[in-house]
Amino acid sequence: MKNRKDPLTNQEKFMQNHKRHHVQIALLRLFLLVSFLVLWEISADRGLIDSFFFSSPSRVAGQLIRLSLDHSLFLHVGITLFETILSFFLVFLISLAAATVLWYSARLSEVLEPYLVILNSLPKSALAPLFIVWLGTGTKTIIVAGISVALFGSIISFYTGFQQCDPEKVTLIYTLGGHRRDAFEKVVLPSSVPILINTTKVNIGLALVGVIIGEFLAARQGLGYLIIYGSQVFQLDLVITSILILCLIAMGLYQGIQTLEHRIRKRMKS
Amino acid sequence: MRNLLELKDIGFSYHNLHGETRAIENISFGIGVGEFIAVVGPSGCGKSTLLSILAGLLTPEQGTVTVHNPDGSLRYPRVGYMLQHDHLFEWRSVYKNVILGLEIHHHMTEERLEYVEQLLRDYGLEKFRNKRPSELSGGMKQRAALIRTLALDPELLLLDEPFSALDYQTRLMVSADICRLIRATGKTVIIITHDLSEAISLADRVIVLSGRPARLKRDLPIHLTLLSDDPLAARNAPEFNQYFNTLWEALTSEEP
Repeated sequence: MKNRKDPLTNQEKFMQNHKRHHVQIALLRLFLLVSFLVLWEISADRGLIDSFFFSSPSRVAGQLIRLSLDHSLFLHVGITLFETILSFFLVFLISLAAATVLWYSARLSEVLEPYLVILNSLPKSALAPLFIVWLGTGTKTIIVAGISVALFGSIISFYTGFQQCDPEKVTLIYTLGGHRRDAFEKVVLPSSVPILINTTKVNIGLALVGVIIGEFLAARQGLGYLIIYGSQVFQLDLVITSILILCLIAMGLYQGIQTLEHRIRKRMKS
Repeated sequence: MRNLLELKDIGFSYHNLHGETRAIENISFGIGVGEFIAVVGPSGCGKSTLLSILAGLLTPEQGTVTVHNPDGSLRYPRVGYMLQHDHLFEWRSVYKNVILGLEIHHHMTEERLEYVEQLLRDYGLEKFRNKRPSELSGGMKQRAALIRTLALDPELLLLDEPFSALDYQTRLMVSADICRLIRATGKTVIIITHDLSEAISLADRVIVLSGRPARLKRDLPIHLTLLSDDPLAARNAPEFNQYFNTLWEALTSEEP
């Protein structure tokens, strides 16, 4: 048994400091949020800001309750979430397939390189009106918009990741009598997992951006639609409430990816 | 002794936009079955190119490699190649690493897997089979890399400075250890090294190459009077210094 009066070992001190540091950071984050909300509420209450334009936490809460009562909150959030997650998975699958093909054919990747660069730097919101004309208004257009924002950057990142694989490790596969396919399956793909995960983290945010752009232009449902609708009828409470919900969604999606990353890393280690 | 392979006037150049670089030129020698040959030469002289040709990763631009099979067939011997680093994959367990070659060949027969088990036991890696490579010591990583190579039952083993990534002390231990294990398999071996002592203590025959483009400068058979087969003890053999001086002279002399 350890006596309570024993001085802490250096390791225990380190652990204690570490823990204290994390608690401090969490408290400071919470403090920042709470003081922002309080300041916002007070300013609106005292008339320092016009709550018609800037809303206030209590008005946002009221709006939230009204949206929940007529069940439209879950509908809009659900639609936006569904479209974002679907776009995200499609981006992942398409860019993985495309990057694999590019890796197999050095000639093709050399030919396509300038086109990929152009498509990547093109502002995708410029394409959204075209998508509407081609695909009509609705889910299809929104998902295509969501995909278009993330796709080309994702292909380029995946392909760059594949290329960064240690060439000696690829040679090892050849010395063991393997072919290009073995090199891809046994070395290139597994060694690129960290890059795949990092790109995926960026993609989830970009898919959300694309979906909201799509909903601005071509939706009757979803948070993007609520924002546009609210601004058109001058219900700024609705706009700000939707934006705050978007913040929560962005955070939730990112957390989800991190949990997934954690699991994959754990599985690769065990 | 029957020759496994015979090299005749082998030449190879690398090409890029700035021109042609001769890597090796007019290299001829025979490789006897069961022989342990060390190849020494100045760094960057084209030793690795020679190994890549023997491994079939590169095709020589000049000359021929002739196969001598007892049945007269033209089948190229199965080759095992060990690179400078162990290149064990961190995302696989030790066991999954050593069966990588069998996996690639879709050759996971009971017999082969049993042989791998045998090697794991013999080389003391049995209880590390589910560990990650990073948890192994430098010497054990080399042993695991050796098992991965041996699993395919190669007739010709090519070692490209397999110990150069290790620190000196580990290197002495590991090279003695690995070479003792390889000798026990009775396979034909070609090892590249720039360490003359290592070459003399390990090999039956030392081939000295010149600077780039590499030509054959000396082909020296080694006979040490030894009481044990320990390569570390070989360094105390009475002939050791004589061989060392001969090789040193061959290595540093101007072109013949």
